[in-house]
Amino acid sequence: MARGFLKVLLAATLFVASASLAQARDQIKIVGSSTVFPFSSFVAEEFGATGKFKTPVVESTGTGGGFKLFTAGVGTQTPDISNASRRIKRSEFETAEQNGVTDISEALIGFDGIVVAQNKDAAPLNLTLQQLALAVLAEIPKDGKLIPNPYTSWDQISPDLPKRKIIVYGPPTSSGTRDAFEELVVEPVAHKLGGYEKGYKKIRQDNAYVPSGENDNLIVQKLTKDKEAVGVFGYSFYEENQDSLSVAKIESWTPNMDSIASGSYPISRSLYFYVKNAHYDKVPGLKEYVELFMSEKMIGDNGALKRIGLVPLPAAEREKARKKVLGRVKVTKEELK
Amino acid sequence: MLHTDPQFYRRRLAKERLFRAISYTAIAVASVFLVFFFADIIGQSLTAFSQTEIRVPIHFTQEILDAPESAVDPEFAPLVSRGVLRLLPGELNANPRLLGTTREEWMLATAEVDQYLKGKPNRLKPRDIRTIERLQQEGRFRMAWNWGFLTRGDSKLPEMAGILAAAVGSVYVLLVTLAFSFPIGVMAAIYLEEFAPDNRFMQFIEVNINNLAAIPSILYGLLGLAIFIQFLGLPRSSSVVGGLTLGLMTLPVIIISTRTAIRAIPSSIREGALALGATRWQMVWDHILPLSLPGILTGTIIGLARAIGETAPLILVGMVAYIPQPASSFLEATSVLPAQIYTWASDSQRAFVERTAAGIIILLIVLLSMNALAIFLRSKYERKW
Repeated sequence: MARGFLKVLLAATLFVASASLAQARDQIKIVGSSTVFPFSSFVAEEFGATGKFKTPVVESTGTGGGFKLFTAGVGTQTPDISNASRRIKRSEFETAEQNGVTDISEALIGFDGIVVAQNKDAAPLNLTLQQLALAVLAEIPKDGKLIPNPYTSWDQISPDLPKRKIIVYGPPTSSGTRDAFEELVVEPVAHKLGGYEKGYKKIRQDNAYVPSGENDNLIVQKLTKDKEAVGVFGYSFYEENQDSLSVAKIESWTPNMDSIASGSYPISRSLYFYVKNAHYDKVPGLKEYVELFMSEKMIGDNGALKRIGLVPLPAAEREKARKKVLGRVKVTKEELK
Repeated sequence: MLHTDPQFYRRRLAKERLFRAISYTAIAVASVFLVFFFADIIGQSLTAFSQTEIRVPIHFTQEILDAPESAVDPEFAPLVSRGVLRLLPGELNANPRLLGTTREEWMLATAEVDQYLKGKPNRLKPRDIRTIERLQQEGRFRMAWNWGFLTRGDSKLPEMAGILAAAVGSVYVLLVTLAFSFPIGVMAAIYLEEFAPDNRFMQFIEVNINNLAAIPSILYGLLGLAIFIQFLGLPRSSSVVGGLTLGLMTLPVIIISTRTAIRAIPSSIREGALALGATRWQMVWDHILPLSLPGILTGTIIGLARAIGETAPLILVGMVAYIPQPASSFLEATSVLPAQIYTWASDSQRAFVERTAAGIIILLIVLLSMNALAIFLRSKYERKW
């Protein structure tokens, strides 16, 4: 009896020991934004299929979740790269510093547009940022006071808009797309309108704004059935579904590769990844992966990632971004907010 | 008291008819949902099992080392899968004698071509469509049974994407889950049923086990993250961690079903064994366990079937990820079937729709065979008292 128990104990010890041995790793680990995930895993696939290195593991954890893992420390137990659909925040960088992650570099890889799309059969929409924000804000200022959003139809916001019920299918609060939508559309308008004491409160929660899950395909499917509603999601999903969707102009700009890249289309954001410079010596292939990602055949004007929806940076910007990450330029606290 | 009032009998019959009608409606509604679900999924998935192949000449030149797509004529370049072309430089390097030669063989076409020929929405340019129509007349396309779907791992190129890596991952995870939760679960149940004293503490444990079975599965993910990754330092995304996490989740199910199976054994069996001088352990090992085994196995398989379809706890331990190579050990990073389906369902490319449906079909086949096994074991070994 006692011998049997010892055996089990021994097996368990060996098991744990072998697990800790396996920690010296030969496979790149990447975490972060679900928006960057398709691009990052495309590069990972190409990297694994064409080179001598193992295919990196790419996890889709969301930008915030990714930074949490990334900033937890240096060493092979932590990820080498974190993808992000926004810049790293100063607070996140401070956490990283406290945990000994002091030397990271930043790679700007391109843009992503957020579109307001609708059923192809619906009448065309041409919105301003203000009109869009007024449709989704929970409270709007009127005569110096905040009142609950009274608008139920687009023509109540502005007479030149169609008489259509306001139904916006959009991302839920947990999504990075929602953060970007609020930051690029709602916040600036709320600031301009004034009357909000501590910034704007929130997006309305009645039936006019319907949070529709992390999966943008769900919103697309709803729009193919619902001719009144509009949906808010990433540009690549609109690009794939042009046969059934049309897109609203924002401030008279139609979202496309050019208008998003030039910054004329107002709802676009930059996509990044961050690398731990200390890991270059520890994880084989990390340098080659970063080089492949930043190469013209991936993020260039005719790069492979454009096909799956990444909006390329202008050539000069690309060169700058490439130099910055390949030169392992440190991110400093001062440049972050 | 005998009722002689005819009204009373009529009311009674009316009640029965109403109840029956409600039951029939419930079954009808459930069947409609089931039929709709199956028809929809199967209908969408069928096309995923055949894949378009294209036959155009490949030229091995010096240029393909830098630009693999130059191996085919420029007008064909958008039609041949990148998954084929990107391997050519490596092939040429390994075999320099190929330089200057031309080869013609059936190769994977891109997902766009595949979708076009299947009559689905695609983003081909009119120029490419004209090329395709011409090649079609020359018989340069064929639909082949999609072995790749069953023999390859995940890919961001829909035409290359397969389910193998995820299926292998699921098998590994399931083995760990079984090895962890079956012995512990059965032993715990035997102790609780046959040996444990009936006191406050044991009642407390019982209540807790019953509660654990009803906890949302994501909490087990948090537990797994804290214990196995952060405390024990096991590698993230590996099947050990996933399996142990799902094992924690399956444990209460196994304990409860084992206890039910043991309780169903008449006490005359126990008393008979003890009366003949068997020890308690002999009674359990020789009589109780063999007799309750069908029930235990049924419970275990149903618990495992639940585990195999679970994604939520695995997100937290890093298994919802892009991992295209099938794992070769329990410590290697791997994905699982439901995670793979989830990843495909959230991809923007339309060609993944049919693959998502095909992935669901594979998962359903696995689940149905597990349930069939459970039913088989139960009916084969079941004893009626």
